[in-house]
Amino acid sequence: MGIEIKLFATLAKYLPENGDDYPIEEGETIRSIVEKLDIPVEDISLMFVNSCRSNLETELKDKDRVGIFPPVGGG
Amino acid sequence: MPRILRINTKTKEYSFEDVGPYVNLGGRALTSRVINKEVPADCHPLSAENKLVFATGLLGGSTAANSGRLSVGTKSPLTGGIKESNSGGLFAHKMPKMDLLAIILEDKPAEDAPFTTIFISEDKVEFKDASDITGMDNYPAHDKLLEEYGDKLCAAMIGPAGETVRQTATIQFTDPYKRPARSAGRGGTGAVMGSKKVKAIILDPAVNNKVAAADVDAFKVARKEWVGILQGHPVTSEGLPAFGTCVLVNVINEAGALPAKNFRLGQVEHAADISGEKIAEVIESRKGKTTEGCHAGCVIQCSQQYNNAKGEYVTSGFEYETVWAFGANAMIKDIDDIAELDRICDDKGMDTIEIGNTIAIAMDGGIIPWGDGKAAIELLKKVGTGDPMGMIIGNGVTFAGHAFGVDRLPVVKNQSMPAYDPRAVKGVGVTYATSAMGADHTAGYGVTANVLGVGGTVDGHKKEGNVELSKNLQVATAAIDSMGFCLFVAFAVLDAENGVQTMADLVQSYTGNTFTADDLVNLGVNCMKDEQEFNERAGFTKMDDKLPRFFETEALPPHNVTWDIDENELQGAKA
Repeated sequence: MGIEIKLFATLAKYLPENGDDYPIEEGETIRSIVEKLDIPVEDISLMFVNSCRSNLETELKDKDRVGIFPPVGGG
Repeated sequence: MPRILRINTKTKEYSFEDVGPYVNLGGRALTSRVINKEVPADCHPLSAENKLVFATGLLGGSTAANSGRLSVGTKSPLTGGIKESNSGGLFAHKMPKMDLLAIILEDKPAEDAPFTTIFISEDKVEFKDASDITGMDNYPAHDKLLEEYGDKLCAAMIGPAGETVRQTATIQFTDPYKRPARSAGRGGTGAVMGSKKVKAIILDPAVNNKVAAADVDAFKVARKEWVGILQGHPVTSEGLPAFGTCVLVNVINEAGALPAKNFRLGQVEHAADISGEKIAEVIESRKGKTTEGCHAGCVIQCSQQYNNAKGEYVTSGFEYETVWAFGANAMIKDIDDIAELDRICDDKGMDTIEIGNTIAIAMDGGIIPWGDGKAAIELLKKVGTGDPMGMIIGNGVTFAGHAFGVDRLPVVKNQSMPAYDPRAVKGVGVTYATSAMGADHTAGYGVTANVLGVGGTVDGHKKEGNVELSKNLQVATAAIDSMGFCLFVAFAVLDAENGVQTMADLVQSYTGNTFTADDLVNLGVNCMKDEQEFNERAGFTKMDDKLPRFFETEALPPHNVTWDIDENELQGAKA
């Protein structure tokens, strides 16, 4: 099983080399991935799984596309 | 004492007046009150009866952070309704140093009259021959003005689009780096200035009267609190300075709300190529600047300097809306092409949102291929010339749609939509629908709670809560625009318990007049009422608050959402 993981803006530095196909196990959540990648949880503001707003406890499945952002704004 | 300067552009007479009935107003509340009270709502926007108002905010001239924004008000040639267009640059903080709260251009000269430059000094106004800059693009014309008036130049000017009274025409303002890179962008204010045959307005560099807060000690306390709020929020202290407003490209795309191919799609595959992260990388590799303020006293610094591959300056104020319009809605993938298009817009003096969308309409109508940046550049270069294609493009989405036979026109009140699909971000969709300005994201930025998780959370895919969200933001925004603040302070204010009170404290201590948090809210409400009243007298009804039908009938991928808020429900967002 693997997911596509994208880390944006100031979080880009935590992106693993295999981010396009990052292996996961059954029952993994955004939180477990964030911990594995050593991303400080307090730096995270927005999470999307397959373009849907999600949270740290969202469970991940094979082929999911995960996007994680720090606080951002503009316009 | 602040004064209002009225200039008759036909007779060349002028008067410096007491503020009179406009006391305690500033910025947008002032421009909208003047337009509502003094301009016949049914006049043609390019006729002698329309007026053009430049107003500094209630905090104009102060040292409060991010308080140097300018309001430009008029009856819009694009929408036929009232317009307040907001700009950075040096103008707003300079006006109070000349004891000016507002400058009002009135009447208009004969059609064949030459363009003039208006030079405003301490108690005097001169009309100067503008023949040496007439017909010139904004950057070279601004360079000529710099030669004549020196490094302290503070100008408002129009380019060829304004001279030829195109409906997308902007007024450009001198920025802190001696460039005409800041725009009163939306609604065709530049066409009104062009109709009055004014190429430029210069504020005398030699006049620089001292401006002080009425209650110096209280102001200092409030100012410190205020800077703490802005510098304590990660959006205003980290995201915006590092990546500019284009930091939004990836997040809006990831949320499936990035309008693409003339509002057919909610995502594009090339988002990373046009993102704030990518732009920052390109700027750094070419020794540009990733971080700049648009006006003195800005602590957010979301602007930048973008250079070409040779390291030469191309543009600044390279905004998310601009990059989206050309990059996603017109599908142009090359960020250098988009930067060039932004520069042409600043040079001709055209609204990048309206023009980017118009290019998408030209592509939809088969005039040029989808995504063809080079063809778009050639089209834009025609604006301001006698070429009929330039006349069409320069008049915006509705006009070009009619000319090209395109029926898919993403407009409200003839002003085209910005960079958030209203089907997926309903909070801002309500604002597009109901703002007196036409489709305008800045009038009530529901993207905050719908997507960004700022100021609470409201589901942007469902109608519930979004009318109320939009109304509250529209009131707050009208107040922010009237105090002279940059709208981006709202990101911090929405998440700070003491935000609104601190803004009120700043106004009270600076002006010396009682100003509570309730007064702040009422400033916004009354501003909206002026705008709604004017539009009603101009003939607008609730049917003008509807989004185009295709948003109701076509589902937006990837979430397959449609617009489902009818015109009666929408009235709840009015003041």
